[in-house]
Amino acid sequence: MALPQAKLDATEARLAALALPAGGTWITQAREAALARVREMGLPGRRDEYWKFTRPDTLIVPQAPKAAVFADDEGLPFDDMDRLRVVFVDGVFDAEASDDLSAAGIEIERLETAAAQDIHWAKDIYGTLEKAGQNPVMRPLAALNSAYATDGVVIRVTGKAKKPVSLIYHHQSETSDAILHNVIKLEKGAELTVLENGPAAARFNQVMEVDVADTARFHHVRIQGRDHERHAATHIFARLGTESVFKSFTMTVNGVMTRNECVIELTGDDAMAHVAGAAMGDGDFHQDDTVFITHDAVNCESRQVFKKVLRNGATGVFQGKILVQPEAQKTDGYQISQSLLLDDDSNFLAKPELEIYADDVACSHGSTTGAIDEDMLFYLRARGLPLGKAQDLLVLAFLAEAVEEIEDEPLREHITVRLQGWLERHSR
Amino acid sequence: MLEIKNLHVRLEEEDKKILKGVDLTVEPGKVHAIMGPNGSGKSTLSYVLSGRDGYEVTDGTATLDGHDLLDMEPEERAAVGLFLAFQYPVEIPGVGNMTFLRTAVNAQRKARGQEEMSSADFLKLIREKAKELKIDADMLKRPVNVGFSGGEKKRNEILQMAMLEPKMCILDETDSGLDVDAMKLVSDGVNALRDEGRGFLVITHYQRLLNHIKPDVVHIMSDGRIIKTGGPELALEVEENGYADIVEEVA
Repeated sequence: MALPQAKLDATEARLAALALPAGGTWITQAREAALARVREMGLPGRRDEYWKFTRPDTLIVPQAPKAAVFADDEGLPFDDMDRLRVVFVDGVFDAEASDDLSAAGIEIERLETAAAQDIHWAKDIYGTLEKAGQNPVMRPLAALNSAYATDGVVIRVTGKAKKPVSLIYHHQSETSDAILHNVIKLEKGAELTVLENGPAAARFNQVMEVDVADTARFHHVRIQGRDHERHAATHIFARLGTESVFKSFTMTVNGVMTRNECVIELTGDDAMAHVAGAAMGDGDFHQDDTVFITHDAVNCESRQVFKKVLRNGATGVFQGKILVQPEAQKTDGYQISQSLLLDDDSNFLAKPELEIYADDVACSHGSTTGAIDEDMLFYLRARGLPLGKAQDLLVLAFLAEAVEEIEDEPLREHITVRLQGWLERHSR
Repeated sequence: MLEIKNLHVRLEEEDKKILKGVDLTVEPGKVHAIMGPNGSGKSTLSYVLSGRDGYEVTDGTATLDGHDLLDMEPEERAAVGLFLAFQYPVEIPGVGNMTFLRTAVNAQRKARGQEEMSSADFLKLIREKAKELKIDADMLKRPVNVGFSGGEKKRNEILQMAMLEPKMCILDETDSGLDVDAMKLVSDGVNALRDEGRGFLVITHYQRLLNHIKPDVVHIMSDGRIIKTGGPELALEVEENGYADIVEEVA
């Protein structure tokens, strides 16, 4: 089907500003196939149903909108943790600032290095999970990423990784336009934690494809930082094997545009996928969590827990879907999205969906939006808590259900401290 | 200590007068009880004194040790020593009971210009007080009042009172929803706090609580006014004859 002219023009204008990077046979094929997908779908437009609540304009224009570099006075996240640091500056790998990847004890290399070879194991994943995730809903920005990503990491883990891989994205240029693609493969029984933090670039397009084999466990904790003017579109595509575990948590504070898509397919029986997010926005904040979880197998569990705190006209979006295929009996699906509006100017837009074709499943979803509970507030104040402190405590309590999805206690504490810090800076 | 003079209060949302000239003085060391039929304004009095929104004071004053309560935020009232044990303690999911109490204790100390209590001192104190009220470690860890039974909620109120050591305690229908054993526990907790520097205002519909917490003075409230004041025997009279006789007698 031919694309509408406006969409075609917008797509071609964006593509004209990019060049397919050079590489070995395997990746060139993957990139060309991805580019064909982009041309077939066209980039997202304002009229697309999937972009009803979030305007894609700034994410698809040929030049990245300028974003002032934010001077962070808070100290970098995860700093006191033992981890393998992999640093990118405006989307380019910085070997000097990174730890020695060859001494990591896991198989990890820069995408550019993997791409230079003619054959690579990543071939079975790169662009493949992304392509699978294009159906039934198109995600053209992810295909664009597969075609043009210039950097990223490729990780393969067989046993239990000794320490987390920490992907650190620094933003140093006002005009940087970064496209990063990470491929992560957990072999049978493997365990890995991936940490991510940073605003990355003035504009950031990221894809992470994660293949979690049988009985493997993957944990992901991401902090999208306080850089106000940056734009970001991220995608996670995950495929889960039998009895595997996938857990992802994202904290988003500030940012004029963030769209986080998470597409998970539970392909093996007894697998578990938890996706959670805590977002706090002040002023011209727009943050969108779009989640699509497909149950293909028997007795799998999925949870989506998203909480947003919004003030001064900030906007939060949630689009979440659980799709239960006919063969996915005994599915346990849960989805909750809630917002706490701290004033009358802020907005929460939610579209929760369930689509169920199996008859023996337990699925529930709920979405609420509201203000701070006056009775709770009075109770705390009557015990002597000053108004601001009482409000902060209730905001953190509101976010707690999402934060509790993080299994690791020090990480959970770390996130809570940072949420608290944000509140103290943005309150009153 | 607590001095209420000619207090007139109406609901903000609807033009309804609730308190129509309340005069009441509670001296240090004394326990005053306010009894009265439903809708007489007892709970409103407790809310107005503690600073809940939704009420408009149209006339009169209320002071605690000279502090003008009506001009203060709820947290300021707490810091000068006012405590309200709620009739319906509020459940707060996501906030641990212990965190809440430590935050409250330290917020009040800070407001009074005292040093914050160390974690070790706090833990020692709360364990001791909790034990007296038969509150186990699990209840301290759980979110504030969430999943607590009626009796547990009331015991938790008294624990907060014991930890905060207020000067003036208002107990709003603390006996509601309590069985005999729980009532005894709660009353013992309150009685343990009685001392010559502390005043109590016990609001109750029934006389039975006053068997356990023995009042010095009993007031009968009806239609927004205190219509009769007497000794403990007044409570027994209510128990025997109900409120109707007294209301009639005064009218």
